[in-house]
Order: sequence, then structure tokens, then C-alpha cells
Amino acid sequence: MDRAKELELKKIATEIRKSIIIQTAEAGSGHPGGSLSGVEILTYLYFVEMNIDPRNPKDPDRDRFVLSKGHASPLLYAVLAEKGFISKEELKGFRQIYSNLQGHPDMKKVPGVEMSTGSLGQGLSVANGMALAGKLDGKNYRVYVLLGDGEIQEGQIWEAAMTAAHYKLDNLTAFLDHNGLQIDGKITEVMSPEPVDEKFRAFGWHVITIDGHDFNQIEKAVSEAKTVKGKPTIIIAETVKGKGVSFMENEAGWHGTAPNKEQAQKALEELQKQLESLEVQG
Amino acid sequence: MAKIATREAYSQALAEFGELYKNIVVLDADLSKSTRTEIFKKKFPDRFFNIGIAEQDLMATAAGLATCGKIPFASTFAIFAAGRAYDQVRNSIGYPHLNVKIGASHAGVSIGEDGASHQMLEDIALMRVIPGMVVLSPSDAASTYECVRLAIEHEGPVYIRLGRLGVEEIYRKGELKLELGKGIVLQKGTDVGILATGLMVHEAIKAAKMLQEKGISVYLVDMPCIKPIDAELVLEVAKTAGCIVTAEEHNVLGGFGSAVSEVLVQNYPVPVRMVGVNDEFGRSGKPEDVLKYYKLTAEEIVNKAKEVMKLKK
Repeated sequence: MDRAKELELKKIATEIRKSIIIQTAEAGSGHPGGSLSGVEILTYLYFVEMNIDPRNPKDPDRDRFVLSKGHASPLLYAVLAEKGFISKEELKGFRQIYSNLQGHPDMKKVPGVEMSTGSLGQGLSVANGMALAGKLDGKNYRVYVLLGDGEIQEGQIWEAAMTAAHYKLDNLTAFLDHNGLQIDGKITEVMSPEPVDEKFRAFGWHVITIDGHDFNQIEKAVSEAKTVKGKPTIIIAETVKGKGVSFMENEAGWHGTAPNKEQAQKALEELQKQLESLEVQG
Repeated sequence: MAKIATREAYSQALAEFGELYKNIVVLDADLSKSTRTEIFKKKFPDRFFNIGIAEQDLMATAAGLATCGKIPFASTFAIFAAGRAYDQVRNSIGYPHLNVKIGASHAGVSIGEDGASHQMLEDIALMRVIPGMVVLSPSDAASTYECVRLAIEHEGPVYIRLGRLGVEEIYRKGELKLELGKGIVLQKGTDVGILATGLMVHEAIKAAKMLQEKGISVYLVDMPCIKPIDAELVLEVAKTAGCIVTAEEHNVLGGFGSAVSEVLVQNYPVPVRMVGVNDEFGRSGKPEDVLKYYKLTAEEIVNKAKEVMKLKK
């Protein structure tokens, strides 16, 4: 990836981080931690990789993205707004009674949302269904899904992992947002799913591990996944929960707690500084 | 006349409609010999997916297929479809109102020897409270065929309740035309109304004959569509007969009788007696013995009819 492109993506990512803070602060609820950790992944998918068109959100040939960890909705909404599926004005209504932006994404209410999610563990199965349909119809679209590392404690994930391998869904790429934290603490202390790479490999997947905040590594992994034939790929993205906001980083407490006014102010100032330093570089 | 189970009729119908509707796909969870979906599998191997013993994955995979324009028929036993995979049916099918059809076989106690763990007696209750879910419960082969047709023609989630036991023909295929939200009047009468669904329609027909031999005039209705319920017909029966007996192979709590009562109590209250399983789990036994044990019989419908007629104002 050339430097200018990377810089541009970094700026978009920082804007999305600001939006996550603003949405959750305005709503007084929501999930900032796990939204901030997946920013680079979604930024890359939506602004580089995926064949999607906000003017034609139901194009049958489009690539699909399923946010299996549906609580990271502020991240998805921020990306959809930045991409033009919804207006930025709408983001102010996040989690409010008259808004379409539900606490967890609702595909019937928001264009660009491919699946209603929120009940953990179901998104990978849904993505499998989309990938199976693509194979049946001889279509070239690809299906992406973002899983949480706490989420894979759900047994259904492993049912779906079997199905994806059994049906050789090489048009499916899963990302694991491996930030190591869930509501009650470290995933390894609550209920360890480790070693996740070996588990997925044993289930018949092609496994790639990357730094989930590095656009170059994301790009390389996504390209590699497209060359893999006969099996699905999982990209284990090592990430930091709360990434980009110093006092939120690696704190399980920021899983489902919104920042108050002062905290939001502080976070936004930090992010603004990051943006300005990117401007200087660019 | 050969008896045909509704599960068998369901899979035959799928194989037949599969010719016409190329976007029908069938999914099963390692029960294709029991649900009989192997009939479809043999004919359309490319459009059949065995998901293995994984009902949660089965339901959500069907949801994903539906988002891409397929009409998935997710087929397994009712206990697993409505029970084990309830959250997937609610959140990944019902809530996004996806075009998934759930073929739930082996419902009720009449599966017999397998016993309580496999005898689903709560599925009508569970499915009808999911907003937008259509709940169908056919009584014979022809009505099953029609229910499959209605499911295909309806855009949205549909639950079809099917039985394992062979049942006699009530209707001739080709002569029956079902409408969504409509019951089937088998005969009109003025003394008591009997509304039945699924397997219990057969007992209701016998009960009506027994009552008529005693000079009692019965308004007899088969209700293959539990949701949306034919409120108009329920009220017509209430107004004409003045009292109602409901019959279902299901827990009386939250089931078909409850659905009928909800309509009555809000519009035209008349006395009701319910024939069904009285808040119990099932037990092992020969299907006929289990049905008798739980009083899912024509005799019990007759008893309840006599009781309820005494309560008429």
C-alpha cells in the first residue's frame, strides 16, 4: 500500500473513532471498546476492498459484510455514514427512540446493514448461508464477517466453522477481533478460547494472524484469503480494545459503558490531535 | 386407503414445488431420513444442504441463504426447530422477517416411544409469539401440500408443524385450496363448535359423528392456519353454536386453544373447553397408547362438548 493511501485510510479511521465516541456519548449507552478495536478492519473493507455502492445497496453482485459482534454497531454506523449509506445527521439518533439506529444493527431499518445481529454466535452461520448462495448462483461476490473473541465461546460458532469448511466456502473470509477482553474481564480468565489459531486450523480453515491495526497487514491478509481455494479463511486480527483513546485502551470496563461528557471531550481532543499529526504527515 | 404422515407429504410437496421454484433450497440437520427431506435431496442434490447435528447453525444458515433470494426450508424435528434453535429462529429469522420456512416434523406426543425429550408440546406457543411468524398445522397430506404452497407464496417466516404418524386422507389433493389466515368449515351446526388443528382434526371428525348420533348439531372446523388466525370464522362459530371445544396435540397453555380464546374473549366471549395436554411433559409408549393416556381422543372431545354445552347462556 502506498504511503498516501495509508495516510488517507488512517484519517478515515480516526474520523470513525471520533464518531464512535460521539454516538455513544450522545446516547449515554453503547459499546465503545469493541467498536474502537475493529476500526481498521472495517475501514479497509469498506474503503478499499468491498464491491459496494451506497446508491445500489441491494445489488445482487455486491460483497457482503456481517457484523456478527453486533454490539459494535457504532463502528458499523460510522462507516456506513462515512461511505454514504446513511446521513451523518442520523448518527445523532443512535439508540434513541425515534431513530433507525438501534442498539444492535437492524437490516430492515438501515441500508447497508446486511444482517440483523446482536445475539452472539449467529453471524458466522448467516455468512455461510450467503456464501453458499453465492456458490449456488455462480456469483463472484465475497462474504466478510467480523467475530469477537469473546463471541467464539458460543458453541454455534464451531458448528458454523465446521459447515464453512465442509462446504469449502473459499468465498468467505472471517475476521476475529482478537482484543483479549470481554465484559467480565480477560477472555483467558473468563473462558479461554485459546489457542484460537490452532482451533480454526483444526476445523479446516486457512488461518492468518496479523496486527489488526496495520492497514498493510490487513491488505496482505485479505489478498491472501482471495487466493486460497477450497477452504474458508480466518484472519486473526490482534487488536487493542478501546484503541485510539488512551484511557479506554485495554480496559474491559469500556466494553459496554459510554463515556460521559468530560470523558468524551477528553477522547475527542486526543483523537483530534492524532488527526492533526496525520495532516502534518500528509 | 394408505395412511400418509404429514412429514412425508411435506417432503413430497417440496420435491414437487422444487421443479417450479428454482430458488427453493432444503436444509436438514442429520434427520433427512426421518423428516423425509431425502426425497428432495435425491431429486435436487445441489439444492440440499445437510448441516449435521447443529440446529442453531441450521436456522441461521437458512437466514443467510434467504438474504440472497433463496427460499430455504429448514427441516428438523419440532423439538429442535422451535426449542433448541429458538433464539436463532427469533433473532436471525423472525426479527429480520426473512423468507425462511421451518418444516418442523415429529411434533406432539404421537411420535410415541422416544418420549418426553422428543415430544414437542410447546412449539405453537413459542412460534406464535414471534412477531410476523406464520404458524401452520396441517391435518392430512392434501392440507400439507397446500401449507407448503402457502409458505412458498408468502414472503416472510413460516413455521409448519408436522407429524410422524400416518394419517388418513381428509381432503383430495387438487380439490383443496387453502388461504392464509382461513379455516376450513367441515360442517355447520348450532349446538357446539369444535375447532381442531393438526392430528386432532381426525379425532374431531369422529367426535362430531358421535355427537350427531346423539342428536347434537356440531359446527366443525379444521384450522390449519393458527397464525394469522381466522378470527372471523372463530366468531361466526361462537355466534352460531354459542360454545366451543378446541382440540390440539399440544400443551393447552399458550397453544391453539389459547389463540382461539384470545379472539373470543376480546370480541364475543362464549364458554370454551380445551382438549390438549394439560401442562405436562409427554411419556414413552405406542403412539395410540400415548394419545389415549393424554386423552387426545374423540371421546374426550365428546366429553368436553357435553360439559361446555351446559355452560351456554
